This record gives sequence, structure tokens and C-alpha cells, in this order.
Amino acid sequence: MDGVGALDLILSGDAKLFAVVRLSLLVTLAAMVFSALIGMPLGALVALTRFPGRNGVIVVLNGCMGLPPVFVGLVVFMLLSRSGPLGPLGLLFTPQAMIVAQTALITPIIAALTRQVVEDLWAEYRDELTAMNVGRAAGVATLLWDARFSLVTILLAGFGRAAAEVGAVMIVGGNIDGFTRVMTTTIALETSKGDLALAIGLGVVLISVILVVNALAWSVRGWSERHAG
Amino acid sequence: MRERPSSLPIRFEAAAFAAGEVAILGPLTLAIGPGAPAVLLGPNGSGKTTLLRLAMGLLQPTSGCVLRGEAPGTSRGRCAIVFQKPVMLRRSAARNVAYALRMAGRAADPATVERLLDRVGLAPLADRPARRLSGGEQQRLALARALARDPEVLFLDEPTASLDPAATKAVEDIVAGVAAGGVKVVMATHDLGQARRLAGEIVFLVRGCLVERAGADAFFTRPATAQARQFVAGDLVI
Repeated sequence: MDGVGALDLILSGDAKLFAVVRLSLLVTLAAMVFSALIGMPLGALVALTRFPGRNGVIVVLNGCMGLPPVFVGLVVFMLLSRSGPLGPLGLLFTPQAMIVAQTALITPIIAALTRQVVEDLWAEYRDELTAMNVGRAAGVATLLWDARFSLVTILLAGFGRAAAEVGAVMIVGGNIDGFTRVMTTTIALETSKGDLALAIGLGVVLISVILVVNALAWSVRGWSERHAG
Repeated sequence: MRERPSSLPIRFEAAAFAAGEVAILGPLTLAIGPGAPAVLLGPNGSGKTTLLRLAMGLLQPTSGCVLRGEAPGTSRGRCAIVFQKPVMLRRSAARNVAYALRMAGRAADPATVERLLDRVGLAPLADRPARRLSGGEQQRLALARALARDPEVLFLDEPTASLDPAATKAVEDIVAGVAAGGVKVVMATHDLGQARRLAGEIVFLVRGCLVERAGADAFFTRPATAQARQFVAGDLVI
């Protein structure tokens, strides 16, 4: 019966359900954009520069791919709490705090994977770009552009990680009804309350969103590869 | 516009390159000046590619020095190179050429791009993704990118090593045209027939040492060293 109830919620366009879905997408997409803006140049920089302690940086970046969301949530909570260094911003228990937490969670993933992709591509391109007198900044831009198909996959990995996590957004968002409640936190809450219809409905939507985003990105990647090589 | 300094002559002064304890090339003293194409001949492992990379400035000698031009510190600004397996950027053929033009500080206008593609016979394939071109077409596109630098010296590292006869002829025709236009061509090959067709002079290397240097006619008709005689006769030089 719970499954039928879930289907009814989805097909009837339940306002509460879709408000939660909308907020989830906004938070996750914003976090993905910020993570891309930080993580991709950072990954490329680490890939193309040599400095003391570089191996340590790579180990830390790779290690941070497996950061527990609850730990990230705890750190962001302490930073944003009234007594924390960023407390005056008043961001705790807002969607912005959730974006910060998810950005912190997936930036290492995007940076570490970008570093690997760009480093591999640089090994292939180094002689050609050096022979063409390509400067450092132009080289980074060229490598990121030519790695764009792989970078799309990296972004999808980040999107999936952010969309599916519950611990960080629960801690810094507070799971406030109608304000910071997203799909994963709602599923956790409704399950504990016994309202399985809403939980299942949101679960179906969550998985569908991830599949649709992946399918779209995969289609764009396929089309682009056919047209750009 | 200010005249760019000449990259010629390229002088190897007791230049040597080693990878750890393993000597790859030299020490050798050699000057490459303007004129007919110079072909670096020799078996695999003779140091041809290393010599080209040193001349281009992609490698630094482990001892001795390589000087480009009369002015000390002249960069590779007027040199270009085509590798045995050129890397195609993930974009169309035309945009590959436009990229090379921009990186050379030249205007990447469509007319210039088309002229360069036309020069290597790829104008009809301008919009095709570069990575979808055949091996011979990719090699010609690499030539167009090199020519986009308006080079004074063009280094070619076995540019037809993996091509069939038709594709080889297409590349050789372009190289001959470029050389006839006044660009100094320096090409590595172990293909004797290709050396006969293109070379004005031969630089013959074996195991990293300069064994013989002579005009092409003299090298093929009256080789001065036993190793060169063996090589010209088609015997294995190890």
C-alpha cells in the first residue's frame, strides 16, 4: 500500500514533495557549480606544478574523497555556529549552509579526479604544447577543455555524492520543514515517523533525478564526442 | 613589425644527452645552417629523435650546449616540429590550425586557416574532428599546425613511419614544397628511399655518434665509412 501511496504523491504533483525536490536540486546543483569552480583549477594546478610536499597534497586530496558527510557537517557546523569564525554571517540552518557543506564534501572528489585526468593528458600533450610555446595559463585551459568529456563524468560523480548524502545537510541545515528539508533528510525523518509513502516517493524521485541527470550528461557527452572528436 | 631573430644556424657544441648512466647521444659537434633538407639517417636507437629534441629545445643537453641563431638565448620561436605520432587536440581540423596560429601570436582568421589547410590538402576536411582523421591526414594536419608558426626551421621526426605509400607521398610532396619555399627542413628517418628522395645532405648516426656527414649524392654513391657503406647497401647496422 505504501508503494501505491508513493505513486499517488508523485503523480498528483504533491506540493510538499516537489518543494523538497526543488530545494534538493537547487542545493546540490549550486554545490556542484562551486565545487567545479574550485576543484577543477585546483586539480589542474596540482597536476601541472611541482612543489615540495606535492605528493602529500595528492594523498590528502585522494583521502578526502572518502570524507564522512557527518564529519564535514560537524566541521561546517562549528565554522558557522554563533561562536565559530563565520558565525556573524548567520548562515547556520539555511540552504546556504547546506551548499557550503556539500561544496566542502565534493570539492576534494572533483579536485582529485581532475588532477588525475589532467596529469594523464599532460603526459600526452606535453611535447606538442611545449613545441607550440603554449604558456602555463593557456596550457591549463587547453587541458581542461580537451578533458571536458572526462570532466563531465567527474561532475556527475560529485553530483551523485552530493545528492545522496544526508549527514552533512542534516547537521548544518537542521531539517527545518519548508526551509531546509531536502529529499534525503525527509526520507530519513519520514521513515522514522512511519510515513513510508512519502519516504518511498522521495526515494523514487531521488533515484530518477540522478538517473535522468546522468542520462542527459551521457547523451551530451556522446553527441559532443561525435562532433568534436 | 619587429624582425624575429633567426634560429639558424643551430650549433651543437660538444652536446651530449644521457638518461642517468646511459649515454643516448654524443658528445657531438655539429652545425645546421640554411639550405637543402638535412636528413638524419641511422638505425633505431641511433639518437635521431634525441638530436631533433635537443635542436628544438624540448630537451636540454646533459653536457655541452645547443645554440640557436647568432644571438645568444634565441628561443625556439622560429622552429617547429612534427612528431612521429602527433597529438590531435580535441577539436576540428580547422580549430587545431587556428589554435596553433594563436599560440604563435598570429591572427587566426578563417582565410589564413583555410590557406594552411589547403596547403596540406585538408581544406575539404576543415570541420571534421581531428581525432577522426586517418593517420596520413593527421600527419598532414600536424604539418599545417607546424606551418602555422611560419617556421624558419621545420623538424620532422619520422613523419611517415606508420603511413602507407600514398599517404607517405602526400607528406613528402608537402615537405618538398616547404623546403623549396626556403624553410630549412631537418628530418629523421631510417627509410633510405625517403632520404634519397628528399635529402640535400645526410647526417648519419649510429649508437648516438655522428659517423658521417655528407651531401646526399656523395653519401649514397661514395659513403666514406664502413658503417655507412653497410647501411646504404641495406645490411644491418647494429
